[in-house]
Amino acid sequence: MRLVVENLACRRGVRLLFAGLGFTLEAGRALIVTGPNGTGKSSMLRLIAGLARPEAGRMRLEGAPEPEDFAEEVHYLGHLDAHKGALSAQENLAFWRDMLGRPALTVAQAMEAVGLGGLERLPVAVLSAGQKRRLALARLLVAERPLWLLDEPTTALDVTAQARFAELARAHVEAGGLIVAATHAPLDFGPSDALDISAWRPARAAPEPAVSA
Amino acid sequence: MSRAFLALLARDLRLALRAGGGAGLGVVFFLAVVVVTPFAIGPDLALLARIGPAILWIGALLASLIGLDRLFAADAEDGSLDGLSMLALPLELVAAAKGLAHWIATGLPLVVAAPVLALLLNLAPASIGALTLTLLVGTPAITFLGLIGAAFAAVFRRGGLLVAVLVMPLTIPVLIFAVAATGTALGGTVPFGTPFRILIGLSLAAMVLGPVAAAAALRVARD
Repeated sequence: MRLVVENLACRRGVRLLFAGLGFTLEAGRALIVTGPNGTGKSSMLRLIAGLARPEAGRMRLEGAPEPEDFAEEVHYLGHLDAHKGALSAQENLAFWRDMLGRPALTVAQAMEAVGLGGLERLPVAVLSAGQKRRLALARLLVAERPLWLLDEPTTALDVTAQARFAELARAHVEAGGLIVAATHAPLDFGPSDALDISAWRPARAAPEPAVSA
Repeated sequence: MSRAFLALLARDLRLALRAGGGAGLGVVFFLAVVVVTPFAIGPDLALLARIGPAILWIGALLASLIGLDRLFAADAEDGSLDGLSMLALPLELVAAAKGLAHWIATGLPLVVAAPVLALLLNLAPASIGALTLTLLVGTPAITFLGLIGAAFAAVFRRGGLLVAVLVMPLTIPVLIFAVAATGTALGGTVPFGTPFRILIGLSLAAMVLGPVAAAAALRVARD
């Protein structure tokens, strides 16, 4: 399986965040996307996830059943954890396991893997920020998806949890999965490529001439 | 795919029934409208019996709209909607599942409460039967038409008023034929089946068009 991104451009409002961005990510590798705030890391992940439409460019996941429309092959983990505070941790995770389909770990195994064992019955509203993040990470484990798109996955995680998550991510990569992660923290996801998104920022456009010649 | 549909249905029902979910709000509003009306109209039993079905239907219509503005907006704000739009389950069925859950949590209690509240308005037994039947068939139409407004409320991130303005005009035919069908129970030249069948048709059309239109509105927001 291979993720190919060609000539991708992203516009937010009037600003062109990046243009001409392209990369190829082979199975069994992670791509670490870095860049200053506001340069389009999150936007790029949303484009790949199919949650926003690109200004220009093409993406395909070679080896997927539908290479051009591969949202169903993707785990997208954004800034928001997508939990319901009124439901328990277990209910939230079980819900996403049923929704996503292609089950992998059971709810109990996934909670154990992210270090949330024993908190299954607590409503998510009372969990700490780091615990909520761990629960969101557990979602990656309950359903099988080859491509993980992670937006600042380790936000709010303590050092132990960061190491534990890096281990899970490495296991995914070793099993032939792909990861695209936007991050400021130094993450070790195994064999990785790096992408500095600010390199793809378009040169500041010259002011348009008021009168055409 | 049906597993995902049922999981979403179950989750939304569970959320509605938990504390703060707002399932009881519609019934309480319905109760308030119906209880207050006889005080405002006065103790004219014949008049109450005549306008009772219309009062009950207006109350049910407005009560059905309660909570619709948060239906997709809540999922959009906590990120769930991103996850829901990347599934094998098409967005149309996601909208349908959410609509069905909303109807079971807010519409169905109205149908159950209506026969009891109808007594307060001095409705004849035949009218009560007809009214309950029209509510059972007609409230899903309102909820599923409301999905369109609910989707726009999530897209534009500002809800309440928008839902009422967008959805109200669409629900007028439902109101007309539902009250007309209830009225035939008191006699007249038109049989009950004529307006009732149109009501069934409106409801079936809304159940198909509502989720499709709501999904289209949610997709446009991705641009």
